[in-house]
Amino acid sequence: MKVRIQTIIILVFIALLFVIGSFVGVNPAMSANDVVMRFVMNGILVLSMVPMVESGCGLNFGVPVGIIAGILGALISLEMELGGIGGLFAAIAMGIGFAVVLGLGYGLLLNKVKGDEMLIATYVGYSLVYLMNVFWIVLPFRNPSSVQGYGGSGLRSTISIDKYWQNALNNVFSISIGKYITIPVGTLVFFGLLCFAVWAFFKTKLGTAMSAVGANPDFARAGGINVDMIRVISVVMSTVLAAIGIIIYQQCFGFIQTFSAPLAFSFSSVSALLLGGASLNKASIKNVILGTFLFQAVLTMTPTVINSAIEIDASEVIRIIVTNGMIVFALTRKTKEAK
Amino acid sequence: MKAKRFLTASVVPLMFLVLSLVAIPVSGMSARYIFSEVSARMARNCFFVLSLIIPIMAGMGINFGMVLGAMAGQIGLVFATSWELEGVKGILASAVVGTPIAILLGAFGGQVLNRARGREMITSMMLGLFVSGIYQFFLLYVCGTIIPFNEESGVLLSRGYGIRNSLMLPMAKGIDNILTVAIGGVKLPIATFLVTLCLCLLTYWFRNTKMGQEIRSVGQDADISEIAGIDVSKRRVQSIIISTVLACYGQILYLQNIGTLNTYNGADQAALFAAAALLVGGATVSKAGVVNGIFGTGLFHLLFVLMPIAGKNLTGNAVVGEYLRMFTSYGVVSVSLVVHAWKRQKDREMDRELLKRKIQDPAKDE
Amino acid sequence: MEPILTLENIGKQFEGNYVLKDICLELAPGEVVGLVGENGAGKSTLVKILFGMPEIFHSGGYEGSIHYNGKPVSFSSPLEAIEAGIGMVHQEFSLIPGFNASENILLNREITNNTIISKILGPKLATINQKAMDERSNASLGALGIDIDSRSVISELPVGYMQFVEIAREITRDTVKVLVFDEPTAVLTEIEAELFLEAVRKISAAGTAILFISHRLQEIMSVSDRIVVLRDGRLVADKPASELDLGRIAELMIGRPMGADKASARTGTEKAVVLKVDNLWVDMPGEFVYDVGFEVRQGEIFGIAGLAGHGKLGIANGIAGLFKAGGDVELRGTPLKLNDPMGAMKMGIAYVSEDRKGVGLVLEESIDLNIGFNAMQIQGKFLKKILNGLFSFRDEAAMSQAAGYYIKELDIKCSSGKQLVGHLSGGNQQKVCLAKAFVLEPELLFVNEPTRGIDIGAKKTVLDALRNFSETNGTSIVITSSELEELRSICDRIAVIFEGKVAGILDGGASAVEFAMLMSGL
Repeated sequence: MKVRIQTIIILVFIALLFVIGSFVGVNPAMSANDVVMRFVMNGILVLSMVPMVESGCGLNFGVPVGIIAGILGALISLEMELGGIGGLFAAIAMGIGFAVVLGLGYGLLLNKVKGDEMLIATYVGYSLVYLMNVFWIVLPFRNPSSVQGYGGSGLRSTISIDKYWQNALNNVFSISIGKYITIPVGTLVFFGLLCFAVWAFFKTKLGTAMSAVGANPDFARAGGINVDMIRVISVVMSTVLAAIGIIIYQQCFGFIQTFSAPLAFSFSSVSALLLGGASLNKASIKNVILGTFLFQAVLTMTPTVINSAIEIDASEVIRIIVTNGMIVFALTRKTKEAK
Repeated sequence: MKAKRFLTASVVPLMFLVLSLVAIPVSGMSARYIFSEVSARMARNCFFVLSLIIPIMAGMGINFGMVLGAMAGQIGLVFATSWELEGVKGILASAVVGTPIAILLGAFGGQVLNRARGREMITSMMLGLFVSGIYQFFLLYVCGTIIPFNEESGVLLSRGYGIRNSLMLPMAKGIDNILTVAIGGVKLPIATFLVTLCLCLLTYWFRNTKMGQEIRSVGQDADISEIAGIDVSKRRVQSIIISTVLACYGQILYLQNIGTLNTYNGADQAALFAAAALLVGGATVSKAGVVNGIFGTGLFHLLFVLMPIAGKNLTGNAVVGEYLRMFTSYGVVSVSLVVHAWKRQKDREMDRELLKRKIQDPAKDE
Repeated sequence: MEPILTLENIGKQFEGNYVLKDICLELAPGEVVGLVGENGAGKSTLVKILFGMPEIFHSGGYEGSIHYNGKPVSFSSPLEAIEAGIGMVHQEFSLIPGFNASENILLNREITNNTIISKILGPKLATINQKAMDERSNASLGALGIDIDSRSVISELPVGYMQFVEIAREITRDTVKVLVFDEPTAVLTEIEAELFLEAVRKISAAGTAILFISHRLQEIMSVSDRIVVLRDGRLVADKPASELDLGRIAELMIGRPMGADKASARTGTEKAVVLKVDNLWVDMPGEFVYDVGFEVRQGEIFGIAGLAGHGKLGIANGIAGLFKAGGDVELRGTPLKLNDPMGAMKMGIAYVSEDRKGVGLVLEESIDLNIGFNAMQIQGKFLKKILNGLFSFRDEAAMSQAAGYYIKELDIKCSSGKQLVGHLSGGNQQKVCLAKAFVLEPELLFVNEPTRGIDIGAKKTVLDALRNFSETNGTSIVITSSELEELRSICDRIAVIFEGKVAGILDGGASAVEFAMLMSGL
């Protein structure tokens, strides 16, 4: 397996952080646990980028579309007072349903704006989030965990799922190593299965066609492929994966975040994928796994070490610079579609 | 065919006009209140919106990277505030500090966008977010440590370094107060309007200079301009520098009217609102004029004023209006971008149809 | 009169092959020299050398010397040539559509008024004097004898008029002494072309030297003082127009006297008709097909010839479903649904595009996948069932095996089937395109420009492979090519396309002059 020089540099950087960290009093085991946890939390959201990148729709800055579908699924699962693994999978099933519908519309829209997908996806994501904000207030949710208490109306902005399915999947076969490290095997396996499914999909006839559409749409068209339809399918796939991704995230996090929260995921997911070595029109499972790990490790470790060393909490600033810098860098790299 | 083209260009302003006409009675606001609100907002926003025009002329779309200029302006205000300069003096000092920063950031932004031809808008947007990280780093950790600040001025956080989250600006209303006239009980900051008017004239004049002509031709067709000997890359960078510097002044003008500086999240949505205003005025990402900017700012802020109250009156919840307002801002930009991208596809087909007909039957066109 | 432009012993080689050798040419002020030659004779290379196009320098420069205005010159960019006073008008317009005529005519040479600001901040900030620009442009347009308002926007002008604006732009340069016209009338109607030639005569009468390149021999005859003929990179004639006639020029271009020079067709008329095309139109940009009809028989190799822009490439693209098309196409008596690439391939039609890199291949994928892709998508080949047929995966082994066969058969030079197609040479990429079509086992195969831009060795392999494939499988093949000699060497019959219509269908053995006449619309 070829390893890019950039990857090695980042790995060395992370190792260095662990070493420096241990001198300034950072507990390496706790940090490692943090990294593992964040890896399983964010992995599926990063994975959700792959179908759209492969079909040539570009980086999915519109990931909030899928996230909203996931949130709807999760909220309805809560309304039905479903707990445990059952509640989690009920949320996922409903989330998928919403994601298919939203993804269809989103995909049809992106077909109208070929060449400008990324910019428009960003704004469509933002628009939908603010439109949903209205609905979060207006929709008749009843579960007291979800809705605001006295004097308020509409949903809470963070809804605890403590009583329902927090850690439902994490706790399946979870393994504890030492005092600080817990490996959420259930979630890890679930993430692995989804990665495998996506990998397998790109081995099929349809998956091969999807990659061809992304690599060269004219080639695909000359081969009798319905390019527009393949693109819509890829958008639906990405949206569905994003919906699943956010529910798994909530499961780990313990809260459903509503209102403007979905916006926070676009740039970090895109950036993680790019850090893993993906480009604007090519992404693999390897990029997903490596990228999620590197991104989360850098973002967890850097602020922790800096904070312990010189007592400055710069995590927010570092996050902004790393995330967005990575994307700017990728956008300015030469690709064949640039004039 | 002409009529069809006109309609695709004006679908966004029309939508907005209809929406406003519906919202006015729903909000139940008096004409005088609406007038005073909208005029105040136009005074502080027009300049900023107009700074978007030149990159559009250069074919680079909406310069979402204008927030680079806004940040330069805010840095200028922070320094001028720490020197406790009031009135016009404070404004000028802010501009003097802000200008070189804006030029540097603009040159950097222009170079980056030259490497991302064909996707300038998304890149400029990401660039804005990236530089905002550096901006925060600068103000939070560099100011007061590496760069010494006057501690008495009260701009620093209590920890001894880093700029406070919110600053009262001593130069507030510095421009407004030069000349204010009351019409029908509504105070109008005529001086600020005059500054904006100067920019309109300047933009109009610039279009008709040799440089303006070159920038326009680069925007229309970069390849042909290159063959004609125009330095395309340089003109593109220059247009971004101009836009960034103007955005810097625009932000200063805006904040002197507001009076307080929201140090860390003031600039974030500036580009969004400016872009939405320009697009509401009938501009597209490839064609924009001074009139679009002014008309758009008025119309956009009219709805901006009406929306929360109308939303509250409809649903009984004030927050709903607030969200509706954000939704319309983003929605406007989305719809304009979609309409434009879609129109570009259609126009290409139409042009080919036209060309075919001309070749087959040239007599028809005579 | 002293020549203004002199080319001495100009030569150019690409990787050891001379595409131009020992070209000597003089151009005097006020003289119109017509330059003719077949496709690939070296006309465009000559123009590129004159204008110092970067591609000439990137491929090793040229031999010989150019004298202009009495001094030796060597331009390193078109801009330098233009500034020195050598202008160019070609068939693709280089006008800015949203600008008006005078803005285009004086692009980057605008007439400006100095103001106080421009005196301080530099001439770039001087204001434009539109009125003076209009006067200047109107003078030039007037000199061409054409009535165009200098304020009219280019995109709203009839196509023919754009060409006049381009010429006006060239002659408005004070320095212009030489003008090169490269197929300027290709997009003009007959009436416009007539007006245009009139304008050319006016410019030359005013003292400008003109080099006129055109495939329309009649035009060349009517406008030129002297005619220069290129063939295979050599100059074969340089004579006053009065000493030549159309037949003689055609002979010089092709290099053989008139008369049959090839064995007759091998397919008789008794074989069944495989493809029947009637009233076909295809909307392919730059290659419009207006109304085409022909028949192809079982096992026949059918050629389509014609000049660039006349629609020959559109025919295969239309039938294969890549561009919007209409009309009646029947395959063995069954009507073919147009605009449906999948349907066409399912019926047994395969197609090799002229745009190898754009349409034919995915450059960042392997040879295996490129060859197998269509067969997998259309015919379900190269798939293996797993989990009792619940899913089917790509069968990499089967694909690799099939690709291996063609790598050997077509002599594709590569490290293995896993190599990325983008890393192959043009000739080997073309072989991959052929293999991609062959693996579909088609009944009818369309091949566009099979040998464009590939070296001689690969050319032979490609043509032999096509012939063998046809003979072994009884497949009918329709080859479209700009290289007439190639078509004549392999095809049974050849249709010549002129202005989107069939000008005539000739036997492969017909004389080259007959072809040249049909191509020129005579």
